[in-house]
Amino acid sequence: MGGSPDISKKQLDHPLDDLIRTDRLPHIWCAGCGIGTVFSSCLTAIKASELELNNISMVSGIGCSGRAAGYVKLDSFHTTHGRAIPFATGLKLGNPDLNVIVFSGDGDLFAIGGNHMIHAARRNMDITVICVNNLNYGMTGGQVAATTPHMAKSTTTPSGNPEDPFNLPLLAYASGATYVARWTMLHTRELTSSIQEAILKKGFSFIEVLSPCPVNYGRRNKEKALDTLKLYQEKTIIRNGAIPAGLDIDFSKEVVLGKFVDVERDTYIERYEKICRQES
Amino acid sequence: MKKAILTGEHFFTGDVACAEGALAAGCRFFGGYPITPATEIAERMASRLPHVGGSYIQMEDEIAAIASVLGASWAGVKSMTATSGPGFSLMMENLGLGICTETPCVIVNVQRGGPSTGLPTQGAQGDMMQSRWGSHGDYEIIVLAPYSPQEIFYQTITAFNLSETYRIPVLIMTDEIVGHMSEKVIIPDSRKVKTISRTAPKGRKDRFRLFEPGPNGVAPMPAAGQGYNVHVTGLTHDEKGYPVMTVDTQVEMMDRLTGKIRNNLDDIIMTESYMMDDAEIVLVSYGVSARTCLAAVDQARKSGIKAGMFRLITVWPFPEEEIKKIAERVKGFITVEMNLGQIHREVQRCVGGKVPAVLVGHHGGTIIPPEDVLKKMKETF
Ligand code: SF4
Repeated sequence: MGGSPDISKKQLDHPLDDLIRTDRLPHIWCAGCGIGTVFSSCLTAIKASELELNNISMVSGIGCSGRAAGYVKLDSFHTTHGRAIPFATGLKLGNPDLNVIVFSGDGDLFAIGGNHMIHAARRNMDITVICVNNLNYGMTGGQVAATTPHMAKSTTTPSGNPEDPFNLPLLAYASGATYVARWTMLHTRELTSSIQEAILKKGFSFIEVLSPCPVNYGRRNKEKALDTLKLYQEKTIIRNGAIPAGLDIDFSKEVVLGKFVDVERDTYIERYEKICRQES
Repeated sequence: MKKAILTGEHFFTGDVACAEGALAAGCRFFGGYPITPATEIAERMASRLPHVGGSYIQMEDEIAAIASVLGASWAGVKSMTATSGPGFSLMMENLGLGICTETPCVIVNVQRGGPSTGLPTQGAQGDMMQSRWGSHGDYEIIVLAPYSPQEIFYQTITAFNLSETYRIPVLIMTDEIVGHMSEKVIIPDSRKVKTISRTAPKGRKDRFRLFEPGPNGVAPMPAAGQGYNVHVTGLTHDEKGYPVMTVDTQVEMMDRLTGKIRNNLDDIIMTESYMMDDAEIVLVSYGVSARTCLAAVDQARKSGIKAGMFRLITVWPFPEEEIKKIAERVKGFITVEMNLGQIHREVQRCVGGKVPAVLVGHHGGTIIPPEDVLKKMKETF
């Protein structure tokens, strides 16, 4: 667990048009949705990383955030629900020179795809996973998710969510991720440099980004788009290196942001080269 | 580096022959998950791949296994996985992604008795209709059914070649009996192994269209990292690969996906005839049950019955025209398979009532004895 990400590495003000499939606009995201902001942070970080763009691939699953792969002008793969990570794993193993970024949502990555998430972290697959967490299933109209706060309303928990949500950074950390951070889409500078850092870091990197879904989550929980942003501003605190076990999201208290884990460990590919290619 | 092609004479199980066929075909990625009776394919690949420049990874389940195979294929690597019934069921969704995104790969199903956990250690042929229609939606698929370890070796190469030619997942439907039996397998000199790889795109990268069909109805395929900025989606998409949710695009895409198979049947369908020249009773079979039929034909001939076997090497697309032609000149058909009549119904459909078409089926768990087939011949004809 290390210090704060270096946000002055590179001026982050390039236009992003050359990284966007402009022939696919307008995008599907609703007005007030936070995904677009996270997406542009990601593109800015990609540019700032100065990596060879041909070698960067983006993989998404299904859902609102999963549409990101459809708008990025890189090799981009919009796969099946929950399966972005194992697809990305094959892509990376097929060509270890590729820099593979998984951009998807909380439902996709942690409910239907939860098993893949923990195993990719465990084996330290060298990919970067950006999880847009909007606390519900937006694409299908606002159902309860593995990230929905206790007692929050959704179309499938009309009297409030009886369950507790996952603490995503804790799960990523416990599974073996070598880089774990959490930001909100309002913290664009920190988010952007964190994504840049994660892309450049070898090993399994995980970034959770809190992002409003005013249309489905906000509406049912009496939270206008601006209210959510206010919460992001007023109720969050940056605490780099915070203990992952204490990172539950509770906006009635405070929500901790920051970089929580930044450690070195052999990647799957490094170990495979060292151990499995030995001639017996 | 070790040799990828083990030229020489071997005594291999079907599973090992399958792995060696894959390596000979140029397969360099295997996404695996253990399951009886297909585990030996994964084990062989795990020990061989790292020494021929490939990689094996054991994924967390069969869903991940096939997802990783599709990913590796888009990295430009010939890729495969192997499984059995329960794992095959789990793979069905991403099989559809492979079909929709025209991703070459090979999936082996070493069939065991089902439904559900069924008979893990005993053979069956109960997944034949699942191999045709198991993933949701309408599509064409290529399915091969080898009947000996030697044939598995060659058919695995053919499976990769067809998969690369037509940009489609190809299924090899073998079974526990052929998978676990050991027989002589001859691996030819590497120069005699004919392999095909996907066509690389030509021309300007910015004008390239990912699904624009070439002369055989199949689009060339670049790999990630080559600068084509491909967009690959399981949504209905146009030739550029972009999602377009219109009826016209759906029609155009589906016609392309099915057309590339339907218009190349002569290249894809492989069958074998045994004693068919003067045959009056035709045994239609595939995989391990064809071995029963070989014995049944020989025994029938000895007692003066003019029997022959029409063996399906390619099961899907189904050799419809061939069966129709045979139906013009014979007295009847017996389909022999270790299920309760899956391919039998196809045979019946093609025969169209012209002559009797009956079934010698089995619930799975043991090979069908030739005597059962002889008995049926005598009863029916
Ligand atoms: S439904 Fe919610 S998450 Fe989806 S695009 Fe609309 S606001 Fe964003």
